Amino acid sequence: MLTLLESTVTVPTLTIVWFLLVAVLWLAYFFLEGFDYGVAMLIPIFGKTEKEKRVIVNTIGPVWDGNEVWLLTAGGAMFAAFPGWYASLFSGLYIPLLLVLVGLILRGVAFEYRSKHPDNRYRTTLDWFATIGSFLPSLVFGVGFANFVIGLANDGLHWNGSFWGLFGPFALLGGVMLVVLFLVHGSAFIALKTKGHMHDRAEGFSAKLAWAAAVLVAIFVICKNVFWPATSEFGDLRLFAWLAGIISILAIVGAALALRKGRDGWGFIGTGVSIVALFSGIFIKMYGNIGFAQDESVAVTDRLNMITAASSPTTLTIMTWAAVIFVPLVIAYQSWSYWVFSKRISTQNIPDEVEPAA
Amino acid sequence: MNQVTLARWQFGITTVYHFLFVPITIAMSMLVAVLQTMWVRTGKDAYLRLTKFFGKLFLINFALGVVTGIVQEFQFGMNWSEYSRFVGDVFGAPLALEALLAFFLESTFIGLWIFGWDKLPKKLHLLTIYAAAFGTMLSAVFILAANSWMQNPVGTVYNNGRAELDGVSGFLEVLTNPVLLVTFPHVIASAYMVAGGLIAGVSGWHLAKIRRDGEAKKGDTEAYRFATKFGAWVLLAASVVTIISGDQQSKIMTQVQPMKMAAAEGLFETTTNAPFSILTIGNREGTEEIFSITVPGLLSMLSGHDEVKGINNLREEYRESGFHRFDGSQTTLQQQYAATLAANHGDLDPMPNVPVSYWTFRLMMGLGFVGIALALGTLWMVRKDRLPKANLLWTIAMFAMPLMPLFAISFGWIFTEMGRQPWVVAGVMPTATGVSTSVPAGTVLLSMITYTVIYGALAVLEVWLFLRYAKKGLPDVAPVEVQSDPDAPLTFAY
Repeated sequence: MLTLLESTVTVPTLTIVWFLLVAVLWLAYFFLEGFDYGVAMLIPIFGKTEKEKRVIVNTIGPVWDGNEVWLLTAGGAMFAAFPGWYASLFSGLYIPLLLVLVGLILRGVAFEYRSKHPDNRYRTTLDWFATIGSFLPSLVFGVGFANFVIGLANDGLHWNGSFWGLFGPFALLGGVMLVVLFLVHGSAFIALKTKGHMHDRAEGFSAKLAWAAAVLVAIFVICKNVFWPATSEFGDLRLFAWLAGIISILAIVGAALALRKGRDGWGFIGTGVSIVALFSGIFIKMYGNIGFAQDESVAVTDRLNMITAASSPTTLTIMTWAAVIFVPLVIAYQSWSYWVFSKRISTQNIPDEVEPAA
Repeated sequence: MNQVTLARWQFGITTVYHFLFVPITIAMSMLVAVLQTMWVRTGKDAYLRLTKFFGKLFLINFALGVVTGIVQEFQFGMNWSEYSRFVGDVFGAPLALEALLAFFLESTFIGLWIFGWDKLPKKLHLLTIYAAAFGTMLSAVFILAANSWMQNPVGTVYNNGRAELDGVSGFLEVLTNPVLLVTFPHVIASAYMVAGGLIAGVSGWHLAKIRRDGEAKKGDTEAYRFATKFGAWVLLAASVVTIISGDQQSKIMTQVQPMKMAAAEGLFETTTNAPFSILTIGNREGTEEIFSITVPGLLSMLSGHDEVKGINNLREEYRESGFHRFDGSQTTLQQQYAATLAANHGDLDPMPNVPVSYWTFRLMMGLGFVGIALALGTLWMVRKDRLPKANLLWTIAMFAMPLMPLFAISFGWIFTEMGRQPWVVAGVMPTATGVSTSVPAGTVLLSMITYTVIYGALAVLEVWLFLRYAKKGLPDVAPVEVQSDPDAPLTFAY
């Protein structure tokens, strides 16, 4: 594959490996937390009664925390493998990240604490924490990754764009698209994990909303590949970017059809593949430039990109060993956890009042 | 306030707050696992009730530890991006490994433990809490490796304008940093002091309530009495390790950061057979002494050297030849970076804030000893079949038993980090050069206010819930078995 790129710039193999690994961590995060966010945003829409709300929360109860760690690992991996990327991105997009953090704090507390006190107003408040806390990161990451496609303004080391400049039309489209896509993904997950009334409602909702998601994804993918084609001195990746985008559109259309026919499993796989393909396309565009605009009049080693941002070969080698051993292990035990909690639930399964102890 | 001051305050506030939950998470997960093991082995309801009771309190605490921990990982990049850029090659790896090896383990297996009571066979379910507890300890290894490196930057070279790992052996040096080897047992043991104190405090409070009310549910008295003694003994056993490792730590600290030890005592002139003052009243800068109570020779004993170097002498040394450890040595990074440092920051004053170092060092030790005294007193009050009397003094003692060691830990960390100043990486990088140059002070202030408001509200919520469940006392338990009926109510649901 590497020779396919015909790049004019030589990138060390380990740097490429780590760019791919960072991308994989983000993809896993969006696939897994994507439905967590969707589920929590759907509490006010699907949860008419207290027991229904509890069914919704309990579909992700045992797994959401483990899913969130993919984000922490993605952040940690960027710090370790690309300190320059981590430093410039996190200090540059300070306010958006603050919003993400506020969201993550609110939703994390909401899940754990809502069950601890059987009072309507208390629970409604915490449910809103969960909903808003899931909406904020979905929106911010949608806007953020759209900006990475465009390329963040920088002086070769630091971000130097304006805050409001982050909210251009394409970026807003990205934000709305991701919120809707996660809503569909979450709704498909609820359909997959529940039975009875809740299942029917979630299935119907996701089947309809999937069409809206398909339209948004299609516009996003076309704009992205037409206006910001994935070609640079690092290589011509337009073919791969288009392919990923088209898979993303087809998958969400497939999900819509499957959900209409009552095939929740295929529906959920469809929304998941769509998310993974969509972000694969975005990372293909970010190959080399890591989401920062490149001033090609300056030597490639004098600006912020994946070559200059990377860690030393020693660190990358050590981290590669750790990843090779532990990423499969994590996937194994997380899969086991999903298998343990694989039964569908309904309001019948929700105990009358919260048990007094864990 | 300038951006550096704001970023430091923010780091202080968010880190001290986060670390209120960390010790309880580390030690309570393991103690709950031990209680559950007793239940699996004996089948006695009392142990199951204690497991579920303290398990619930552990989870209320755990939730806040998790959400405040996320802020920590992002904060390096947001507020300290020049630091991150300079040290990421060395410092980033332990953080990434912490997430990959520890956080996944913790969060996945906590989920399995909370919801798995009726899904997993007993012994397998027991393993899940051990896996989570093991994860919390691994997490401590990596984050303490990162912090210890900031105190004593071993295994690192200055290359490409930044700190880089000195080969694979450099990474092994980071993981076997002498500072880490003594800090890890100190941090873990002090966590057990807090968790032991918490179990004893909550149970002891209930024992007094039983005596006051003259009634108790069947088995309550025995269970609380067991838990009170169990917790108090855990605190005492852990305190022995805390003291021994703390003593070792002060010797290592004297070697790698002689200035920190001098500041801890407010020792300005190099002194032979140096005394240790229990308390001192001096002028505001801490340069003149008005009144003090001292123990002769104790500081020399703590530092492991007969002659303890004073602040003024160390300052003089620094001005003449740069940063050196006690024996005059430097780490490779300190040595290779010395010329750059001298060229850019020749006028840096290497003295930390002396009154803060002095008092936090004493508060750490003093509050720790108060915790030990309370545990001893509690064991005496509940000896044999005695029930303590419910009065204000007893209530205060039961609250103080976990809180004193907990606050001792906070002061210990404030001492460790403030005593390292003006360095963010000892002898290499001045703290002020580590902040994000592209983030305006107003933005840092905004995020600081945001965190403080949210953290404050969450503290109220968590303490309220914690007290509510602590007061509620031991739950009734139903027989635990694996549920196969798909329509049966779940044993546990949010």
